[in-house]
Amino acid sequence: MNIFKYFGDIFGALKSLWGGMRVTGYYFFSPGKIVTQKYPENRKKLEMFERFKGEVIMTHDSNNKHACTGCGICEINCPNGSIEIISNKITNAEGKLERIIDKHIYHLSMCTFCGLCIKTCPSKAIVWGQEFEHAVFDRQKLTKVLNHPGSSLKKETKKEIKEA
Amino acid sequence: MNFSIYDFTSFTKWIDNALNSSMSPGWAILVELVIIGIVFIAFYAVIGLYLVLAERKVCALIQNRLGPNRVGPIGMFQTIADLIKLLMKELIEIKHADKFLFNLAPFIVIIASFMAIAALPFAKGLHAIDLNIGIFYLFAVSSLGVIGILLSGWSSNSKYSLIGAIRSGAQVVSYELSVGLALLSVVVFSGTMQLSGIVESQANGWWLIKGHIPAIISFLIFLVVSTAETNRGPFDLAEAESELTAGFHTEYSGIKFAFFFLAEYMNMFIVAAIAATVFLGGWMPFHIQGWEGMNNVMDYIPPFIWFFGKTIIVILIIMWFKWTFPRLRIDQLLTLEWKYLLPINLMNIVLIAFIVLMGWYIK
Repeated sequence: MNIFKYFGDIFGALKSLWGGMRVTGYYFFSPGKIVTQKYPENRKKLEMFERFKGEVIMTHDSNNKHACTGCGICEINCPNGSIEIISNKITNAEGKLERIIDKHIYHLSMCTFCGLCIKTCPSKAIVWGQEFEHAVFDRQKLTKVLNHPGSSLKKETKKEIKEA
Repeated sequence: MNFSIYDFTSFTKWIDNALNSSMSPGWAILVELVIIGIVFIAFYAVIGLYLVLAERKVCALIQNRLGPNRVGPIGMFQTIADLIKLLMKELIEIKHADKFLFNLAPFIVIIASFMAIAALPFAKGLHAIDLNIGIFYLFAVSSLGVIGILLSGWSSNSKYSLIGAIRSGAQVVSYELSVGLALLSVVVFSGTMQLSGIVESQANGWWLIKGHIPAIISFLIFLVVSTAETNRGPFDLAEAESELTAGFHTEYSGIKFAFFFLAEYMNMFIVAAIAATVFLGGWMPFHIQGWEGMNNVMDYIPPFIWFFGKTIIVILIIMWFKWTFPRLRIDQLLTLEWKYLLPINLMNIVLIAFIVLMGWYIK
């Protein structure tokens, strides 16, 4: 082994180790940089992040209208059957048969939060909600109906959906 | 130099005389042993628990977290709660384990660290036993712990435990050499192996300063090597959570696991205390020759504050290592010892012998 390379290795190693120790030492002496929060204390003003996956929710506008057409793509895509859609056919004002949803059932207890339903929804009816305190005393309460009672389908042109 | 206000020699002598005058010498020694044992067990529990807490806090700060902060103010009683939990846990019997050795191993590990702590001088006249070969005794005792680790790995009858134990054996056998040589440098400087003598020889300055370059080299080597000796930091191959679950103590539960855990932290305290005693002057205050005013002020700070202050600084450096560097592979570990640390250490010893012969150090 070349003697210069040997000592070069030692000093190079010391330099790089000191570089690493400087980074951790800097964080050790700067307590202002702490990124974690004290959760139950800050519960009132806690804001979750935009990409946080809390639960699947269906968005409703101020007129209690949602965008779900009951196509069932989310149900097909769900890997473990957490979504069930009970749809119905009614005749509309023009006398045509139209599909509407009775219940969009979401089993939170089975959901793995993979997000395939939300990714594949063609009308962007379901999105991620930020709520994460899901603990309940009764397992039945984890089965949720996502469409609000009395809600109906929002009529939109295809162009509007694309813009959204 | 005026150390008389903090000299514990007369205090220990007084206890000895009081016991000897009230009972026969045999009983007096027995009572003294019991007192020292109780003091050390209490010391052990407090130091061990608070080192675990300190480690968790240091690691949290380095990783931009808060660390334990629920049990008591700033999490002060977290580790006490952990200990109570461990005490109440079931001791799981392993069917295929060698029962006797399996139960013996944690005691060997903890007794080895117990024996090492006996030789440490905490202040003038405040040590359990002042051997005239103190450093040699520490070498001998500190390598006993690996027997417990090997036994635990073998008797658990689990492949993870066995791999961890064998790795630990290879590691300790090779790094023991460098520990010895690094400490030998100060033995050469001070001309004695007695720990109280080494501390006394640093009254006019610490060996780290008096011994300049070679002492600094051996101090750095000792820091690296003692981290490896205690199976910590980047050298924790024996435990290696990500590969071996928990290495040699995979199969242990409850208080037996706590023994291994406590022994690990006590070993860290012991190596830090040895580094503080040998290189940083132990309980000796910081003195600069000629500055009498400052030296007198320094003398009024109690010696155990000096001792624990220095020890805590070395412990923080060892923790800093652990939370900065990634774990080494076994071949990298052995390369570091046999190709780098050992040759440098041997050259350093020759250099120190030459420097001492020529008198080129601060006397």
